[in-house]
Amino acid sequence: MTDEMWINMGPQHPFNHGLWNLRVKLKGETITAAEPIIGYLHRGWEKMVENRAYPQIVPLADRLCYGSSLSWNHLYCLTAERLFGVEAPDRAKYIRVAALEMQRITSHLTWLMAVGTDLGSYTIMTWSIRERELFLDLLCKLSGARMTYNYCRIGGVRNDLPENYERDVNRTLDEFDRRLRDLEALMDENEPFLMRTLGIGKMDGRTAMNLGLTGPILRASGVDMDLRKLDPYEAYADMKFEVCTHTDGDVYARYRVRMDEMRESMKIIRQALAEAPAGPVRVKVPRCPPKGNVVCRVEDPRGESLMYMVSDGTERPYRLKVRSPNFVNLSASPPMLVGFKISDVPAIMGVMDMCIGETDR
Amino acid sequence: MATLYTVLTDFTQWLMDLIAAILDWTKLGILSDLGDWLQSAPVVDFVTTLLVAVIYLITVMMFALCFIWQERKFLGRFMDRRGTQVGVLGFFQNFADGIKVVLKEHIVPKDSDHALFEMAIFTYLASTFMLFGCIPFSDNFYVIDVNLAVLLGIAIFAFGPFSILVGGWASNNKYTLIGGMRAAAQLIALEIPLLLCVVSVVVLTGDLSFVGIVAWQEENIWLIFPLCIGALTFFIAAIGESERIPFDLPEAEAELVEGWATEYGDIRWGLQMASDYFRAYILCALFTMLFLGGWAGPEFIWAEAWFLAKTFIVFFFFIWVRAATVRIRTDQILKLGWRRLLPLAVINLLIAVALKVAEVF
Amino acid sequence: MSQVIVYDKPDRSEEEVASAIRAKFPSVELLKVAPRRLHFRAPRESLFELCKFMRDELAFEHASCVTPVDYLDHFTVVYHISSWTDHILAEVQVDLPRDDPTVDSIAPLWGGANWHEREAYDLMGIVFKGHPDLRRIMLPEEFRFHPLRKDFIVGRRV
Repeated sequence: MTDEMWINMGPQHPFNHGLWNLRVKLKGETITAAEPIIGYLHRGWEKMVENRAYPQIVPLADRLCYGSSLSWNHLYCLTAERLFGVEAPDRAKYIRVAALEMQRITSHLTWLMAVGTDLGSYTIMTWSIRERELFLDLLCKLSGARMTYNYCRIGGVRNDLPENYERDVNRTLDEFDRRLRDLEALMDENEPFLMRTLGIGKMDGRTAMNLGLTGPILRASGVDMDLRKLDPYEAYADMKFEVCTHTDGDVYARYRVRMDEMRESMKIIRQALAEAPAGPVRVKVPRCPPKGNVVCRVEDPRGESLMYMVSDGTERPYRLKVRSPNFVNLSASPPMLVGFKISDVPAIMGVMDMCIGETDR
Repeated sequence: MATLYTVLTDFTQWLMDLIAAILDWTKLGILSDLGDWLQSAPVVDFVTTLLVAVIYLITVMMFALCFIWQERKFLGRFMDRRGTQVGVLGFFQNFADGIKVVLKEHIVPKDSDHALFEMAIFTYLASTFMLFGCIPFSDNFYVIDVNLAVLLGIAIFAFGPFSILVGGWASNNKYTLIGGMRAAAQLIALEIPLLLCVVSVVVLTGDLSFVGIVAWQEENIWLIFPLCIGALTFFIAAIGESERIPFDLPEAEAELVEGWATEYGDIRWGLQMASDYFRAYILCALFTMLFLGGWAGPEFIWAEAWFLAKTFIVFFFFIWVRAATVRIRTDQILKLGWRRLLPLAVINLLIAVALKVAEVF
Repeated sequence: MSQVIVYDKPDRSEEEVASAIRAKFPSVELLKVAPRRLHFRAPRESLFELCKFMRDELAFEHASCVTPVDYLDHFTVVYHISSWTDHILAEVQVDLPRDDPTVDSIAPLWGGANWHEREAYDLMGIVFKGHPDLRRIMLPEEFRFHPLRKDFIVGRRV
C-alpha cells in the first residue's frame, strides 16, 4: 500500500449520482491527484435544439436536469423572451419567482438526500425526501407534473395559480419550517456528521472565484455573490431576502449555506405570492425572433447558469449554448480533493450536488 | 432435570440400541461388533453432541435472521417508512432474499487467486458458525461449555479479520484490497478495548465460562451497574466489530462499492451479508451475558426467552445508533479505538480490580 | 477565518469600464453598452492581453462561459466574463477564420474557462493555444468529427 495507485470511481459506482467517473490517485488512503471524466451522458442537447422550433425546446430544457427542471425551463424561456423582445406580464414574473424558489427547495432537498446516502445515513435521505414531497405536491398542483414541470412558456407561464394556492403554500411552508428544524437537528447535533464535514474540502474565496465556482459552494467560501442580487431578473429586484454566506469554505459550510438558503427561499415564496399583482400571465409572441444574439444568466440552485442564444431570423435557434454550473464546479473539484482521504470523496463530491444531465448535456 | 442433552442422549441411546438390534439380527459377526461399538458411550456422546449442534445452529440462525428482519422494520420506523412488507409482518423477505442469492451464478474473477478467494469466504463463514457453538442460550441449552468458553469465543472472533484481509487481497480488486486493509486495521484497533472489557468481567467474576459468569451475576448483581464504563466501551467496540454504521468502513458502499466482498456473488455473498448479522447477534449475546445477566430473570417465562429478549433489546440500540449517525472515517475510527476506548477500557479494568480487591461482592 | 467578500454596490459604471478598455486597446470595438452588460469585438491577437487587463485591472473575477459559434464563413468565439465587483457581464466576441480556428487560451487566467475551452475544442474544433490540457471532453478520444459545426449533418452515420 505504499505505492500510488489510480482508482476509477465510476462510471458505475454507488457514490456518483449520475454517470461519470472520478479517477483518484491514492497513496495509502490519501488522494494525491484526481481527475473527473464526463461525457457518458452526452446527448448532444445543443445540436438537438438547433433542429427544433423555439416552443419545442421548452420541454427539452426540462430534461437538462431532473432535480431542478423548472430553473432550466425558466432560463430558456427568459432567454428566448429577451431574444424575441417580449417581456412576461408582471403577474407571471411573480408566479415564476415563487415556482423557482419552490424548485430551489426541492433541489436542495434532493441534494441533502444525496449527501445523506453518501455519508451513510439513510435517515437523512428518507427524511429529506419526505419533506421534498410537500413541495412536489405544490408544484404538481401548479403545473400538473411532479418532476419535469414544463411550466414556463415563452412570454409567461402556462396557467395562473390554482384556487386557494396561496393558502396551501403558506400552510405547507409553516409545516416545512417546523420539519426543517428537525432535519437540521439530525445533522447539526450529530457528532459523526460534524466529524465528516468540518474542515473537509477547504477552498478559499479567491481560488474558488478563479476556478469558476458559483452558487452555494462559492458563497460557502465567503463570497457574497448571488445573481438574484447582482443581476436581478424577473421580480427578484423587489424581493427582500438575505444572501446566505459562510466563511469556512469546507463541506460543512456548503451544507450550512444550502440549509439557510431554504429558509430564505421560504421568505421569497411568501412575498412573491402575497405581492403578485393581478393581470394576465402570458403574452403572445411572434413565431420567429429577429436576428441577433442574447445572453441571459440566472441563479440556479447549483450556481450561475447561463444561456447564449443566436438567432438567424428563422423559427429555430441558430445556436444555443448552455453554461451549466455543475460543469464548472466539477472541473474545479480536483484541488478540493487532493490531500484528503478517499472516505472524504463522497462528502466533498456529495455537497457539490452533482447532476450529470446538465453537466454532459 | 431433563435438559436438552439428557433428552437427546436418551434418544441417541434408543436409536443406537435399535440399530444394534437390527445388526444383531443379521447374525454376521462383523456387523454385531459394529453394533456393539455404536452402543458404546463415546459414540453415543459424539452423535448427541452433533445432534445438539445441528439443532442449535438452526435455532440460532433463525434468531439471527430475525435480526435482519428486526433491523429492516425498526430502521424503517426510524426513517418514517414501513420497512419490508413481504409475508407476515415482512418476515418472508429474508427467505425471498435467501432463495434469490442461492439461485445466483457463482462467478470467480479471472485474475483472482482462486484457491484463496474460495478459502477466505469459507474460513470467514466457518469462524462465524463456530462462534455459535460458544454462545449458550441458557444453562441447559448449549453445545459446549468448556471452562475457557470466553477465551475460545474471543479467539475465534479474532480470526475474522484475517479471512477478510485474505479475501480482499485474493479478489484482485483495488476496492477489496482497501476494504480488507481497513477491516484488519479497524478490527484490531477495536479488539483490544473489547478484550479488556471482557477481562474486567472475568476478573470480577473469577470465571471463564459463560455459565459461570451468568451464575455469578444471578447471585450478585448485573455487571452493567458496577462496570458501566466497560459496558459502554464494549457496546461501542461491538458496533465496530460487527462492521455496522457508523463503523462500517470495510464495506463503506459510498466509496468502496461493497468493500472487501465486492467480488463475491451468489450464496457466498449472501452468507457473508448474513454473517454480519450473525456476528452482531454474537456480540449482542456476549453483551447480554457479560453485562445484563444473561438468561437470569423472573421465572414466569423460560430462561432462553429472557436471554433472547435481552439480546434483541441490545440489538435495538445497535439499530438506533445506525439510524442516527453517519459513517465516520478510517483514521477517526482508529483514533477512537486507540485514544478513547482503550483508556476507558483500562479505567474499567482498574475499577474491576479495585472492586475485587475490596471484596465488595 | 476570513471575512466575507461583499459585492453589494458596483464600484465602476459600465461606461467607465468600457472607456478604460477602449483607452488601453484601441483595436477593440465596442458593440453595445446596456445595463450590466458590455459587448465587445476583439481581434484574436489582442484577446489574451485584453483578458489579462480585464482580470488584473478591472476586477473581472470570473469567466462565465466560452461559446464557439459556427457562422459557416467564419467561427466566432464568444467569451462571457463577469465582474462580481462591478456587477457587469462582458461579452467579448472574437472572429476566427474557418481554415485556421486557433485562438489564445484564457484558461491560464481563469481556471473556470478550462473545461469550456475543452468543450469548444471537442464539439467545434477550436484550438486554444496555451491550454494546459486540450483533450476531448464529451466525446471519445477517437471521434473524428466536431459535431456542433454546421457542416456536420445530424443523422449522418459516423
